[in-house]
Amino acid sequence: MSPDSPVAQVISLSSKRLVQDVPAPNAGGAVLRDVLSGGPFDGAVTGFVLSCLPDSDAPVLWVSDRMSRRENGRLYGPSLRRFGFKGHVLRVEVSHPRDVLWAMEEGAGCAGVSAVVGEIHGAPEVLSFTATKRLALRAEAAQVPLWLIRSGDHGALSAARERWRLSSLPSERHPYNVQAPGAPLWEAELFRARGRSPGTWEARYDATARGAKDRLRLLSRAGDGPLGQDHGTTAEHAGG
Amino acid sequence: MDRWGRITAQQRSMPGDDVPVVLVTQGAHGPVIHALSDAARRRDILPGARVVDVQAIHPDLHVEQADPQGDIALLDRVALWARRWCPWTVRDGMDGIVMDVTGAAHLFGGEARMLRDIATRFAMQGLQARLAVAPTRGAAQMLARYSAGVICGPEDVALAIAPLPVAALRIKEDTVRLLQRLGLKTLGALMEVPRVALMRRFDRMAAEVNPMVLLDRALGRMGDPLNAPEDLPRWLARLRLPEPVIDPAPHLDALAGDLCGQLAQAEQGARRLRLTIYRVDGEWRSRDVALAASSREAAHLVRLMRGKLEGIDPGFGFDLLTLEALRVEPLALHQDHLDGRRDASADVAALLDRLSAKLGPDKISWSTWVESHVPERIEGRVAALGGGATEAPEVLRERPLRLLEPPEEVAVLYAVPEGPPARFRWRRVAYLTVRHEGPERIAPEWWRDRPGTRLRDYYKVEVGDGRRFWLFREGILGDGRGGDPRWFVQGIFA
Repeated sequence: MSPDSPVAQVISLSSKRLVQDVPAPNAGGAVLRDVLSGGPFDGAVTGFVLSCLPDSDAPVLWVSDRMSRRENGRLYGPSLRRFGFKGHVLRVEVSHPRDVLWAMEEGAGCAGVSAVVGEIHGAPEVLSFTATKRLALRAEAAQVPLWLIRSGDHGALSAARERWRLSSLPSERHPYNVQAPGAPLWEAELFRARGRSPGTWEARYDATARGAKDRLRLLSRAGDGPLGQDHGTTAEHAGG
Repeated sequence: MDRWGRITAQQRSMPGDDVPVVLVTQGAHGPVIHALSDAARRRDILPGARVVDVQAIHPDLHVEQADPQGDIALLDRVALWARRWCPWTVRDGMDGIVMDVTGAAHLFGGEARMLRDIATRFAMQGLQARLAVAPTRGAAQMLARYSAGVICGPEDVALAIAPLPVAALRIKEDTVRLLQRLGLKTLGALMEVPRVALMRRFDRMAAEVNPMVLLDRALGRMGDPLNAPEDLPRWLARLRLPEPVIDPAPHLDALAGDLCGQLAQAEQGARRLRLTIYRVDGEWRSRDVALAASSREAAHLVRLMRGKLEGIDPGFGFDLLTLEALRVEPLALHQDHLDGRRDASADVAALLDRLSAKLGPDKISWSTWVESHVPERIEGRVAALGGGATEAPEVLRERPLRLLEPPEEVAVLYAVPEGPPARFRWRRVAYLTVRHEGPERIAPEWWRDRPGTRLRDYYKVEVGDGRRFWLFREGILGDGRGGDPRWFVQGIFA
């Protein structure tokens, strides 16, 4: 977060600790990340991944299986720009999750794509721990970020370096219309990560961050902030 | 005409046999007839007549646009195909092929049997051919056009072409008229006139339209060589094995190396490959691979081919393999970046090849864009091997991130029929609308849609837990296009 953005100023005035704890979603480099959907038919996952895709002219390989297309619909091109995504999407639409994994592995070996996104619905058998481990190693070897969107899966075993769970929150206030939903707001939970501490944040897409490395803003939730070292006991007490 | 027949037969839109069909081109005074069908010929319609005149006489005339460029392209291809009979063939004008069969006829059992063979094989292609054999090129073209089926030897050329009209020489209209005015209607008459008198009249004409020169060429008094184009090069690597084997995979490297060497010599890259195995029992099997960008990188070709080998039936083994580049494109040598980075677009093309070879070319696509307001029409797909990525258009209104195809019907409870939904039930779950935005009305596109298509009123709806959906109502109450309006979910917002 750039320190002079209005949000950052507000946070740094109120509490310095909060600012330190807010991670950049891309900080981990090119690794495999799982993104789980908190509920069915939730667009938050797609929005989150799109906001995190690198700002590059190279195409993004977007692989999806038939079940995820049927359950959640196809990615709709005209709205990609709203999430600051300027590149092109190379779609691979296969029917079986096995082919999704294969195509993702092929894509990870290609230096010409900026990122690979795979979508698999449910927890099919081929998406085993070994399969995710293969993908994770491949991503780190080739330095291509890999995102695996798993809808309808409640946390099966995975070797992903970071595992997120996304669900929608009631949107922000619309600037002109009280009745209308405003800018989207998501709850992002990092429940497993290597080399950083997990936590839960309120995430939103930041349209003002043009040209930044990532276009996502994570804010600690007001009610239950991340457990700091000096703060842990208090939170426990508060929790009862 | 035959080419048109083949195309329409493919489309199954051929009119009946008794309907006269003509193909037209644009003439100086409106469209003129270029070619005609048998039914039209039976009704004495002549090529070159104006379409409006003929239509007045035959009101049931079926008129189609001719495609001379396509005809020429087809003739060029057919001329190359005709090299199965003799080594020198060339397209002759707009409607003929000249073949130099000197020393080739005996291979087919004589000239008459060769003509029969040619006619049969053209008929198998769905083409009618009018054939003639003559010792000179000029005589052969005249005989083929004016008295088909004639075979004349060197001694009776003059006899054979004597009864033909002077127009057979393919001279200009006004020259034909001039000769006819002089009373020289047939070539026989032209041959009998003393040369000196005619030479004085025609000595200033260019050789291609000069009747005397053309006649001399036809009679063999003047040389008329055939300038046949060269055969297209074939890119083929062949590998003979000392004894039959079952598995082609180990031999691919050698084949691909050989082929890529040939391609590199000519600075070409392959776009389409075919691997053929010739089995010991006389059968053969082949596999095709298409590439997104031309390539002559042996390792890449081997990798693509290897994925295709599954299911190729080797029988009792095979002892000959060929790897052929069916389509090639010029591919100059090119240099990678000086700092050792690879060219990213080349990597993507190689990735496309691998994905298409395994998953099928229709599964990998870029987006194409159509100017439309109907959400599901804006974005189309083009196979990644065939097209490239195009810039997305700017859509001013907010659109969902995911689109359901087709839209799914929902049961809706609303306060007023023209208002937003208060509750809706989708996929067996009930949702309570908390906030909504809309309606955004999208009218049917009358130039594309069927008549009676209803308009759509779109609402962006947020439910209790924050999920945002895109609903639309099809039609409004009392628009006279069906019963009560129905509701659909079409998209999911982030």
